[in-house]
Amino acid sequence: MTESALALSDVSFAWPGRDGFSLSCPSFRLAAGESVLLLGASGSGKSTLLSLVCGIVVPTRGRIAVGGIDLGGLRAGERDRLRAERIGIIFQQFNLLTYARVADNILLPLRFAPKRRARARNGPKEAARLCGALGLPDGVMRKTAGRLSVGQQQRVAVARALIGAPSLIVADEPTSALDTATQDSFLDLLFAQVAEAGSSLLMVSHDERLGQFFDHVVRIEDIVTTARVAA
Amino acid sequence: MILRLATQSLMARALTVGMTVLAIALSVALFLGVEKVRTGARASFADTISGTDLIVGARSGSVQLLLYSVFRIGNATNNVTWKSYQDIAARPEVEWIVPISLGDSHRQFRVMGTTPVFFEHYKYRGGRSLGLAAGHGLESLYDAVIGAEVAASLGYAIGDPIILSHGLASFTDHQDQPFRVAGIVARTGTPVDRTVIVSLEAIEALHVDWQSGARAGQVTPAEVIREMDLTPTAISAALVGVKSRLQIFGLHRWINEYPEEPLMAILPGVALQELWQIVGVAETALIGVSAMVVVTALIVMMAMILASLDERRREMAIWRAMGAGPVTIFGLLALEATLMAVAGTVVGLGLLYLGLAAAQPWLDATFGIWMPIGPPTLREASILAGLVAAAAFVCLLPALRAYRLSLADGMMVRI
Repeated sequence: MTESALALSDVSFAWPGRDGFSLSCPSFRLAAGESVLLLGASGSGKSTLLSLVCGIVVPTRGRIAVGGIDLGGLRAGERDRLRAERIGIIFQQFNLLTYARVADNILLPLRFAPKRRARARNGPKEAARLCGALGLPDGVMRKTAGRLSVGQQQRVAVARALIGAPSLIVADEPTSALDTATQDSFLDLLFAQVAEAGSSLLMVSHDERLGQFFDHVVRIEDIVTTARVAA
Repeated sequence: MILRLATQSLMARALTVGMTVLAIALSVALFLGVEKVRTGARASFADTISGTDLIVGARSGSVQLLLYSVFRIGNATNNVTWKSYQDIAARPEVEWIVPISLGDSHRQFRVMGTTPVFFEHYKYRGGRSLGLAAGHGLESLYDAVIGAEVAASLGYAIGDPIILSHGLASFTDHQDQPFRVAGIVARTGTPVDRTVIVSLEAIEALHVDWQSGARAGQVTPAEVIREMDLTPTAISAALVGVKSRLQIFGLHRWINEYPEEPLMAILPGVALQELWQIVGVAETALIGVSAMVVVTALIVMMAMILASLDERRREMAIWRAMGAGPVTIFGLLALEATLMAVAGTVVGLGLLYLGLAAAQPWLDATFGIWMPIGPPTLREASILAGLVAAAAFVCLLPALRAYRLSLADGMMVRI
């Protein structure tokens, strides 16, 4: 049996505070090198699930393992380190530090992840290679991130997620800010690079049409139950 | 890389950051300016008289003697007889001695009778001599040399006649013996500026017809007075210079133990220190006010960082997602505050030196406060270092808030 890139078992979590939003996930598994589309509307608990997976918040109960390492057994600083080392994250939009140059944006996660930095070998060179592979124009590395188009910014975010080949890529509706024509080419580039890096891909979206690109499609309500307790 | 990103982040918010830096810069310039004025005023005050080793007067308090002999404030409680003066002058330790006779006035200014050697030996601001802006020194009996402020406020020019008054704030004028403005002393920033200087003999001449503080019946004509022996019977005080500084204390003791008359000698530097302790309360107030301005600027900075936090939650979320711990977020904000404080300090220093360079001649001419332009003193440098540390400290509150926000938001902030 291959090692799981991500494994959740018997997880439950409740946000602190009056909101009272809680979530439980009995079992979910993502194999290494696998790509999974998690389908869910907003409010279905996917943001919370991603926060859990990335180790930003810890479950009140249960076990979450990234690359076989149990997040529950780590201190906050170690979780931050694990996230930097093993997870590449792509948001819906506003991915980048708009004031910083593209190169600094791409290299930022390596700053917090020595092993990933070592894997990338020559960071700036690897960043330039990824930019080229993702169809970004020459000289983009020196530009200020805020000056790029939304589509270009999303591709820079992909380069940032992929640099140093982390074992898991988490993408939160990365195509929703793009128009339909660019969505497909964006996904093609994303999948090509994810495959080259050998990473697993967990993407969250409400768009069923994207399902054709993935190994598996999972509806979030099938693996997660949510409750909102009135305070 | 973190430093570069922090700098770029600040640059991206150039306007608000610029205003905050400006607020800090102005407060720094003000604080250091006050500090400079304070030390400048203190130094100028301490430099009111230099080169004089001892001031001799009738026995009273040292501050009182200093006040009337140097600052022309208050009155001599008693006089020093001419005999005592000559005894002191005859001491082997004495290199020079300048008699001073006070008691008359002209308008709001004091009249001081002395000898022409006063101009040789009175030194201020570390050895500067009095210089004449116009005219000449005391040459004939009815010559008066006036200070710069006397000339400026009464509009006197060389050759103008002036009438001295008997005593202070009195209505009795010596109108029978008019003086002539012979010279005007260049501005010194010392009480000399507010003094009308005449010869010792002139003081005597004015009082030929006076007995026990009242005018006697007859008026002696000026021609007769010029022929009289005008050696004074008493003076108010004397400035003494000794041949060797080692002899100061010996002479000091000798004068204090002078058997013929109760005399007192003071060391001007020591008495000035005593006096400054009384005057110095104002400087504490000044320091307090400018410190408040600095605190205000720091609070402005804190408010600015706090206000920016909400719009930067997205940025914080990106940092968190990339693996930055809350400690890094905390450090980032502390770094920003420190950078702003450093920038403010540097700009403030620039403003200060610009202002100093522009205002230095004017301050000297108008108030006689000499402000040397030099690198920040150790004290100033440590104040500035303290300011930067304080900036890092006040950003603890916004940094803590950012820390808490980043924990609560995680990386999933929606805009």
